[in-house]
Amino acid sequence: MNRRLLFLLPLATLALMAGFFAWSLLAGRDPASIGSVLVGRPAPRLDVKPLREGEPPLTDALLKTGKPVIVNFFASWCTPCLAEHPLFTRLAERDGAVIIGIAWKNKPDEARTWLKRLGDPYKFAGADLEGRAGLDWGLSGVPETYLIDGQGIVRRHFRGPITERDLNETILPFLKGAK
Amino acid sequence: MVAELGHFALILALAVALVQGTLPLLGAARGDIRLMDLGRTAALAQALLVIVAFGALTQAYVTSDFSVANVVANSHSAKPMLYKVSGVWGNHEGSMLLWALILALFGAAVAVFGASLPDTLRARVLAIQALIGVGFLAFLLFTSNPFERISPPPLDGNGLNPLLQDPGLAFHPPLLYLGYVGFSVTYAFGIAALLEGRVDAAWARWVRPWTLAAWCFLTLGIALGSWWAYYILGWGGFWFWDPVENASLMPWLAGTALLHSAIVVEKRDALKSWTVLLAILAFSLSLLGTFLVRSGVLTSVHAFAQDPARGMFILAFLLLVTGGGLALYAWRAPQLQGGGLFQPISREGALILNNLLLCTLAATVLLGTLYPLFLDLLTGNKVSVGPPFFNATFVPICAPLFAALCVGPYLSWKRAELWPALQRLRLAFIAAVVAAIVAATAIDSRATLAALAFGFGVWLIVGSLLEFGQRLVRTGFRLPPRSALGMTIAHAGLGVVVLGAVATSAWNTELIKTMKPGDTASFAGFNVKLDRIENLQGPNYIAERATLSLSIGGRPYTVMTPERRLFTVQRRQVAETSIHTNLLRDIYATLGEGEAQNGWVIRLYYNPLAPWIWLGAALCALGGFVSLSDRRLRIGAPSRTRAVAQPAE
Repeated sequence: MNRRLLFLLPLATLALMAGFFAWSLLAGRDPASIGSVLVGRPAPRLDVKPLREGEPPLTDALLKTGKPVIVNFFASWCTPCLAEHPLFTRLAERDGAVIIGIAWKNKPDEARTWLKRLGDPYKFAGADLEGRAGLDWGLSGVPETYLIDGQGIVRRHFRGPITERDLNETILPFLKGAK
Repeated sequence: MVAELGHFALILALAVALVQGTLPLLGAARGDIRLMDLGRTAALAQALLVIVAFGALTQAYVTSDFSVANVVANSHSAKPMLYKVSGVWGNHEGSMLLWALILALFGAAVAVFGASLPDTLRARVLAIQALIGVGFLAFLLFTSNPFERISPPPLDGNGLNPLLQDPGLAFHPPLLYLGYVGFSVTYAFGIAALLEGRVDAAWARWVRPWTLAAWCFLTLGIALGSWWAYYILGWGGFWFWDPVENASLMPWLAGTALLHSAIVVEKRDALKSWTVLLAILAFSLSLLGTFLVRSGVLTSVHAFAQDPARGMFILAFLLLVTGGGLALYAWRAPQLQGGGLFQPISREGALILNNLLLCTLAATVLLGTLYPLFLDLLTGNKVSVGPPFFNATFVPICAPLFAALCVGPYLSWKRAELWPALQRLRLAFIAAVVAAIVAATAIDSRATLAALAFGFGVWLIVGSLLEFGQRLVRTGFRLPPRSALGMTIAHAGLGVVVLGAVATSAWNTELIKTMKPGDTASFAGFNVKLDRIENLQGPNYIAERATLSLSIGGRPYTVMTPERRLFTVQRRQVAETSIHTNLLRDIYATLGEGEAQNGWVIRLYYNPLAPWIWLGAALCALGGFVSLSDRRLRIGAPSRTRAVAQPAE
């Protein structure tokens, strides 16, 4: 009888593994997301010099207006930023989203030229030349994008460029839902 | 029109596969020779129909028929012809069609070359093969139809994933699939044997060529994939323990174990149920790999075509094939009685050790690959299991495997003496020790483990050649059977892989430097000068190209031109590394981010013996093919030897 059980071992192992696989598929887990400690917490401090001359500096007040805002870190030297840029333009023009753009480790005049060339979707734009704000916000590189609700709580954190799918499935529902 | 023909051929193929998967089984159970013979005709018809379907999709790609949705999603009219063709299988639907094609071709091969198989065994093997085919064809037709039309057709397509636009990767999937799918024949033989309740020397001899062929293709496929990762990902490494790589390594390890245990069944009538289990596992692990890569349950640096809905289908299929096979195994295998008795120190003993270690390796890889998934589901913790885990577990298990590898061929069947075998390996041992000492003292005194591993590589090569040489002397320089020659080549090839892998990993040098045109740097004895950076326009990409000139002591040595390509249609960047090789070492250069003001990031690697990794893998596959050409192992051979032997009696 014991010998028989031994021959069942491979089948039992398979059943165990398959259970985990089915669980994983049904749970809709995203293995690529490494999570973010910021999600569910108040947004970090915002204290950045303005990118466009003659504008006031960016402060925490911009994040607690009762309306959702999108914070996007970018740089003119970053190619993925180029890829996601049209999506932000569309968000700003078509959907009227409030987007705060922060040029990270980027010379202000280069960032300004870049925005002039491609169009400027940012209602507020900051220049984080030394990358200090990037440290505050737990940035691992550019581009990264944060969705912040009206109370100033971070609801979503995208590392890397946002895609058409992110826009339709996450960002637009968020802008509609979060007040 | 052509696309509809392909679609229709695929539907017919499914119908034929259903017939092939049922009636011959019935025939084998009833002893009805007509029903059994139907399997052969059906296998050929099915292959023909899938060829038509595959041809139709290829035609759509080659002519850039943008009324087919699959072509729109994965091709572009500006793409070079090679990638239009390789685009056929560079996507989910097309690669599944390639699976189905190879599956049907293997089925047809069994029908054609299996003339000498007993009727019932052949009928059952073909039926099992067809049932697997039913799964894939249904998957294609119901969830991933490659012939779907789009209306109105767009002017141009979206293009192929730029990482896949590479000659190395154009041929990587077909080779890999030849390996994965080849194991389906082994699986079918295993299931058929369980149904018949008979595993004997003849069965082992019939199943061996199919295992060997699948193993050779899989070896080449893995090597090609690793080579591609080496030069396209631009990280200088050749193996990253990524889930996708592990997915191909597991069936390879199981297949290698199967190759060796089948010898014991053939020669000594022992290890029967174990060998059948390996036959089932090799294919199951291939399916598991496909599931892991395509379902998106694991993240990977190069996972394409991920979709949870498809994942469910593949999981169900995996459960059906593997679960069905293992259930049948649990039911029928206990009845398989082993024959030959043997001592622990014997050829059988050595092959069992080989099997234990190879299976431990496969289990280690499986555990390391799935652990992040288990942990995430159970505790919500995200971890990534990478090289540190595998270096600490996989590599030490290789040591006893390599140590025993050279000794095994010296041991006789049933009972052997260890000491005489070791004495005859004296020379290999001395060579290995000398190599390890030289490596430890002359190259890098801190890397003792690397020096030891280097010694193991030398031991494998010299030990294998020594055994072959002594065999030649013993037999008066008569050429030994091809299978023995193949074994020597494959074992020595493994040693070459080990030398390349150890030297590249342990003794490489690396330089990462931000350079502007005109800047110089010294690297591994070379003087490196960045001559210029220029912009290029490729057929479907724009690129920055650096020109680096290397010189030794003022004398020009070579010019390297790494590029960074931006594929405009997909907006994706791909590093095009520049590699200068002289077969003993690679100089490897990549161009990183940068602009005129601050300079560009240039990375240079000096990888000693790197080409040996792929050279060795090619030798392993060559050994397999040489062994495959052995007359005694050829599929038709048993009947011929019978025919020759009979008049003499």
